[in-house]
Formats: sequence, C-alpha cells, structure tokens
Amino acid sequence: MSEELYKEMAQSIIDGDSDISTELAKKSIELKMHPLETITKGFVVGVNYIGDQFGLGEAFLPELVMAGEAMKAAIAVLEPELLKLGETRQMLGRVVLATVEGDIHEIGKTLVGTMLSASGFEVVDLGVDQPADNIIGKALEINADIIGMSALLTTTMVRQREVIEELDKEGLRPRIKVMVGGAPITRDWVTKIKADGYSEDAIGAVKIAKDLVGKGN
Amino acid sequence: MQPKLTLLSDEIIARILGEAHELLLKPGIKVQNAEARELLAEAGAKIDPETQVAQIPATLVYKALESVPRDFYLYDYDGNPTVHYGGDSVHFDPGSSGITILNPETLEHDTTETEHLIRLIKVAEQLPQYDAQSTAVICHDVPKEIQDSYRLYLALLYSKKPIVTGAFTNKTVQEMIDMLVLFEGSAKAAREKPRAIFDVCPAPPLIWSNFGAGNLIALARAGVPAEIVSVPLSGAAAPVTMLGTVTQHTAECFAGIVIHQLAHPGSPIVWGGAAAIFDMRKGATPMGAVETAMLDCSYAQVAKTLNMPTHTYLGATDSKLVDAQAGLESGISAMVGALSGINMISGSGMLDFLACHSAEKLVLDAEGIAMAKRMIGGVKLHTDTLATGFYDHNINFKGGDFLKQKVTMKLFREEQHLPSSVIDRDSTRAWKAAGSLDAFGRCKLRVIELLASYRRPEIDPEKERRLYAFVLDLAKKCGLEELPKLEDFHPV
Repeated sequence: MSEELYKEMAQSIIDGDSDISTELAKKSIELKMHPLETITKGFVVGVNYIGDQFGLGEAFLPELVMAGEAMKAAIAVLEPELLKLGETRQMLGRVVLATVEGDIHEIGKTLVGTMLSASGFEVVDLGVDQPADNIIGKALEINADIIGMSALLTTTMVRQREVIEELDKEGLRPRIKVMVGGAPITRDWVTKIKADGYSEDAIGAVKIAKDLVGKGN
Repeated sequence: MQPKLTLLSDEIIARILGEAHELLLKPGIKVQNAEARELLAEAGAKIDPETQVAQIPATLVYKALESVPRDFYLYDYDGNPTVHYGGDSVHFDPGSSGITILNPETLEHDTTETEHLIRLIKVAEQLPQYDAQSTAVICHDVPKEIQDSYRLYLALLYSKKPIVTGAFTNKTVQEMIDMLVLFEGSAKAAREKPRAIFDVCPAPPLIWSNFGAGNLIALARAGVPAEIVSVPLSGAAAPVTMLGTVTQHTAECFAGIVIHQLAHPGSPIVWGGAAAIFDMRKGATPMGAVETAMLDCSYAQVAKTLNMPTHTYLGATDSKLVDAQAGLESGISAMVGALSGINMISGSGMLDFLACHSAEKLVLDAEGIAMAKRMIGGVKLHTDTLATGFYDHNINFKGGDFLKQKVTMKLFREEQHLPSSVIDRDSTRAWKAAGSLDAFGRCKLRVIELLASYRRPEIDPEKERRLYAFVLDLAKKCGLEELPKLEDFHPV
C-alpha cells in the first residue's frame, strides 16, 4: 500500500502538481505513515528524478520549478506533523540567498532557492537589492551554513566581493561558506574574490551547496 | 514600396492595447521612484504608498500619447540630421554595454577597457551601415562611478555620428546630460539638435525602478531623447505566450511614457525594448532566437498603430565566436528588424547574450545590415518598359549582351548591393590564392584595414578641452588623478 502511495507522491512532484502532492501528504497523515519516510521515500524521489532529467536535457525549467513548488506544498503539510512527533526533518544546511545591492535581477537566484529547498536545504531568500549588512545579519541570525549571492550586472557584481571581505573581516569564514552566481560571473572572478563555490545553473548550485556542507555524494 | 513584415492583425492589436490598459489598473505598475509616484498621483493615478503600486487610468495614457513627438532626429557632430526616429525609417547601431570583447587571436572573451571601446568606435565610424555609434562596452579600467560618463566621453572624442547611450544610475544620467550640454554649448543646443539618445529600462514584470523612472524624469526635463528598453522575458519575467509578452511590454511602455510626459510634455521618447524568450533548458535569454525577433516585430507593430518612434535589440547572436551561428542569427534577425520598419536596431557586433562585443562581428554584421537595407529598398521600377526595351538591335541571343548596355552600367549599382571583401564571391582558385580564409578570417583583415585608415575627426579644440576637464573632474572626485592615456588625443 505505502509503496504505491510513495510512487504516486514521486509522480505528483514529477508532474509538478501541488494540489495532488498536498492531497497525498494529507492522506499519508490519515494513514499514520511516518512523515519523514513519506518525504524521503516518496516526494524526494520525484525531486531527484526531475533533477536528473534536467541534467540530461529531458526536463525543462518550468518542470523543475513546478516540481519545487509541489515539494514545498507537501512539506508544508508534513512539517507540523514532524514537529508534533518532536522530530525535525534533517536539513542539509541553512542558506541565505540574496541579489546584491543595486541589482534587481532575481530569476536565477529564485530558481536556485527553489532547487535548494526542494533538495533539503532550509532557504531564506532575502530578495533583491540587499546590502551586505542585511545579508550577513540574516546569516548570523539563522546560523546559516551558506550565503548565496546573485548579480546580473558587472557594475553590481563587485558587491559580492564586499560581502566576502566583510565576512573575512568579522572572522566568519570558513564557518559561513559563500556561493556566487549570475550572468557576468566567471571562474576567474570567483577565484579573485575567494568565493567558495559557483555554478552556472540551479542544478549545479545544489551539488555545490551539498559539497560545501560536506553532504556531497 | 518598402516591403513590410507584419505578424499581428488589427483585431489582435486592439486587444493588446485593451489588455495593456487593464494591466495598468490591475495589478498596476510598481513605481519605485518617489518623484514619479508624486507626478502620477498629482495627475490622478491611484497610488498605494505601501506597495508603491500605481493604477494608471487610460485617460493618462491617451494624454501622454497626445503630447509625445511623432518623430524627431538625432544629429551628427556637424549638425546634420542623420538618424530619423519615426515612420518606417530603419537605422542600425552597435549593441551597448558589453562587458567583454572577443580577442580575435586567442578567441578569449577579454574584460573590456578603454582601448577596446575605442577600437569598436573606430570600426563602426567607418562603416556606413551604422548610422549611430553606441557606448558599446564598459571600460573596466576606470572607477565604476564614472564608467557611464566615460563611455560617452570616448564616443564624443572618436566619432561624429549620433550616439545611443545610457546610464546605470540617476546620478550618472545627470552627469551625462551635463556633459552633452557642455559639449554642445548650451542646454538649448543639446535639446534642439540632440546628439545622443539614452536607453532607459523598466524591470519586468511591470516595474519602473527608482533609477529607471528617475532617468525618465531627468531626460524629459532636459529634453534629451529617451528610449524605453522594456525587457520582458517570455515564460520567466513575462507570460509564456508571445501575445502575453507583447501586452506586458505595451503596459510597461505606456507607464514609462506617462511618467516621462508628466515630467515634461513634448519631450522625445521612443517605444523600444530588448524582449526575448526565456530558454527553458539553460535559463538564458537568447537574442538570436527567431521568437525574440517575432516579439520585436510584434511590439513594433503595436507602436506603429500609436504612431510612436521605435527601437529594438536585434542583429546579435548567442554564439561565443564569430561563426556560422553568429552569421545566421544576426543576419536573420537584422532582416526581421529591417522588414519591421524599426527606427533604431541595436545589437550588432554582439555575442553571448549581449555580454561580449567584437569588432570583427561588427564588420560581418555590416554585410547583413547592407543586405537587410537592400531588401527594404524594395524592387524598383527604373525603366519605361520592364524588359522589352532591353532587347534592342544589340541583342544577338548571346550571354553577355546586356553587359554592353549603357543602362546596365548606369543602374547596376542601384539594383545590386556590392558587398565588401568580407563576403566571398571569388573563384575557388582566387579564394585559395587569398589564403583560403573563412568569413572570420576575412573579417579580421577588414578590421585591420579599417583601423589603419581611421583618423580621429577634427573636433573644436575648445569643446575637447571642456569635455576633458569635465570628465577629469568627475574622475578626481572618485580618486582617479589622471584619465587613461589616449594615443591620438592629447589634451592641453
């Protein structure tokens, strides 16, 4: 019975159907299935499948984003149940995401956030145009493992360096790792500003984040 | 008759305009500039101070569209009106604000500096296909506070053509306006014979940012032309459908024109953009996609029903090299832009989603532009009879007979575009003798020729002195004591 339900759960994620994933999450609670197992044996399987398919060029960004949304919807139902049991979902790590000050581009960053949270990271997305103080302040507040910063303009990508310099000054690295991304970001730039990780796309960002928190495969 | 490409029916255009008006009310336009919100509120728009969302009624749009100039000119250094914004006039300029340049020898994308911008200006200056210059790449060798003004400074020193430019902050747009006023001698001169036009971007979806709206206001008040570059991305920052994207583009342009005309009615503004689809595999914004060109053709058609001057971004490629993909994407999209009758088509020379510039590609694209311009020149009636008059007593049913006709000598240049050495029409033997070069190889040679034949235009030394002093002063304010040395400009 539960095997079949797990399959349906995975499929709801693959189909990017938040209504069905929500329904299935509720059903698992009625059936007294363990919420953690529901997540790992059911829904996560779907996320991993879509991620792999994306890597193979068989799935596309809308499918990826919708899968992430369906995952979020299911987790929203199951998380309170976990808390009732006195358990928490083992998160891979905590991430603060932001587009740097002076820059309002956020499509890529939001994609990264969706994929990170679907993959088991706790993500706080601060949004766009975020000064260094806000980013670092939030990271300290939630005890973040990773700060992820996006910039689309060459005029704003220098802000990534400012945040890293500030972190170094405060002695917050390597405790907090820094990932950067955005159209003008090159490997040279990443080396130059001494960031810890960089990815061309959202799927790659998940892999980098896992590596940075020592949970890479 | 200028051949035209149209993709939308009148009925669909009417629906686009109708729904764009609806979008201006619900969800409204987010206006992040306080002064713009005040102007809108005074004029009768409803503003939510919490969300900064303005609901702009159609009456405000109609009023703004009434005061907008239907056409205007940009002028060259000598005061000639050389770029016409309006009607179906078609002009091309190199793309703007690249951050890298293709190194023709290493094929690396190098970070751009002063020498690269000058190289691009020198090449574009000598190619008649480019009616205007652009501030093509960012010069990373000067502090970022002066990068906007510095690019315009170099364009004014090295070119006589009109300039398509832009600014990334409200402060720098004002500095650039001041610079133009100083160069032209007075605010009146800068207004009456504008040398430059400024790109101003809303942020999709439906946002006029603080600096975007602020720039519109500053430009309107100075009477310096503004060019709206609305950048909806189908499927990501705009609806996935082309019609949905064009409707959002219309709403963003409407809102921009309203803010601009409220700041100063009658100032010139252009309906433009850099719309693109969103690539669902790479998350990229392909400028060479045919759908991108279709979006631009469509929004230009909407603009034309409103009698607005038009602009777009076409003639660029997403390829990283000046290769076959670059040629086909740039050539096809330049042709679509020209057939759409778009007044200013920016993007030539650019690779890699508008990030990388290339002098060699400017030279290649000039050939594509020449073809597109020839196309819109149309098929003309030159002679009293179409053909019968050609078959007079000299015709002996032999090939080559027509070469002997005076009319052939007289008309062939009008009928046929004569490409430069970039286009290969050699025999195989001659091609081999010339080094068996591909198009990129030929472009490299042509760039070398053009750089060798370039002479910096003669500009009033007093104007140069004022310009130099102005930019040096800006540089000093941000800690740069000297401007980069220029090989053929030695200010006293």
